[in-house]
Amino acid sequence: MIAEKAVQQREKVDLTFRQGAKDCIPTLLGYISIGLAAGIVGVSSHLSIMEVTLLSALVYAGAAQFIICALMVANSSISAIILTTFIVNLRHFLLSATIAPEFTKYSLLKNVGIGALLTDESFGVSSSKIAKGEPINDRWMNGLNITAYVSWIIACTTGAIFGHMLSNPEAFGFDFALTAMFLALLVLQIESVLPSKLNHYLRLILYMAIIMIVLSFFVPSHVAVLISTIIVATIGVVTDK
Amino acid sequence: MSIHYPTLIIILGCALVTVVPRIVPFLVVRNIALPEPVLKWLSYIPICILTALVVENFIIQANDSVKINWPVIIVVIPTLLIALKTKSLSITVISGVGMMALLRFFLWS
Repeated sequence: MIAEKAVQQREKVDLTFRQGAKDCIPTLLGYISIGLAAGIVGVSSHLSIMEVTLLSALVYAGAAQFIICALMVANSSISAIILTTFIVNLRHFLLSATIAPEFTKYSLLKNVGIGALLTDESFGVSSSKIAKGEPINDRWMNGLNITAYVSWIIACTTGAIFGHMLSNPEAFGFDFALTAMFLALLVLQIESVLPSKLNHYLRLILYMAIIMIVLSFFVPSHVAVLISTIIVATIGVVTDK
Repeated sequence: MSIHYPTLIIILGCALVTVVPRIVPFLVVRNIALPEPVLKWLSYIPICILTALVVENFIIQANDSVKINWPVIIVVIPTLLIALKTKSLSITVISGVGMMALLRFFLWS
């Protein structure tokens, strides 16, 4: 009973909305730099500032926002853009499936709110807290998610305003931000792989690179991303010992 | 300062297809457990898709040809080393952007 009270007391101290917001801070530099880049790329893809703000508030996914802009510039059809976005963001399903069991005791509405704002970074922060055996709750998660969400919208809009003033944003290398981010996320993913599985994963990365490049001769690159991912994930399951 | 109708449709459509995979596991996880092979398959998706999204930038697709994007390949190598060394998203992004800007400024301008 006393122990239970102590746990409740600690939850009150440690797991507030404010603490969630604080735990978001280390990831903010990432959000802000990518958000600025996404805003700049948005206006250089002929979106208005308001459209960039709306895109960041409603889609709220860095990679997808860059890809949407690229496809719009390439005059892709609306259905192709939406389908590509679906496929690019399908990975959130895995993140949500991993985090969701922690929140089953809360209301449906809270679950929808937490799910809607889950990102690679908020997934990273919360799953590492879970891995350390620390408790998490709804208020802490909302603090983490909402801080990231608000920062993202502000960064994208600021980038869009800034982008309007640049004549040639590519010259500043901002278009490389996304490639660098994916590379860093890939390295962080490999970091968390068990040493015994490392060779298996490195081999899959090699297969991915080869299949991607071969497919690029035949299909648009965003289709190549999908097909090669489906093929290599299947190879991964089949060759897993 | 405006929102065009086709752009609005794209944004709303993309928002819908993005939010559904984010929310669905939260709605079903209390009732259904995914089969083991599906979970395993899903566990390979992040590494595959991240590799694909990096490699995608190594090539430039034109109408009837495929070209190598040398500036990206040149900058990816030191960026990878920085990512391995620092394990930091923000340091990797900032230094990658900086190196690409320098390369363009000195060589590809």
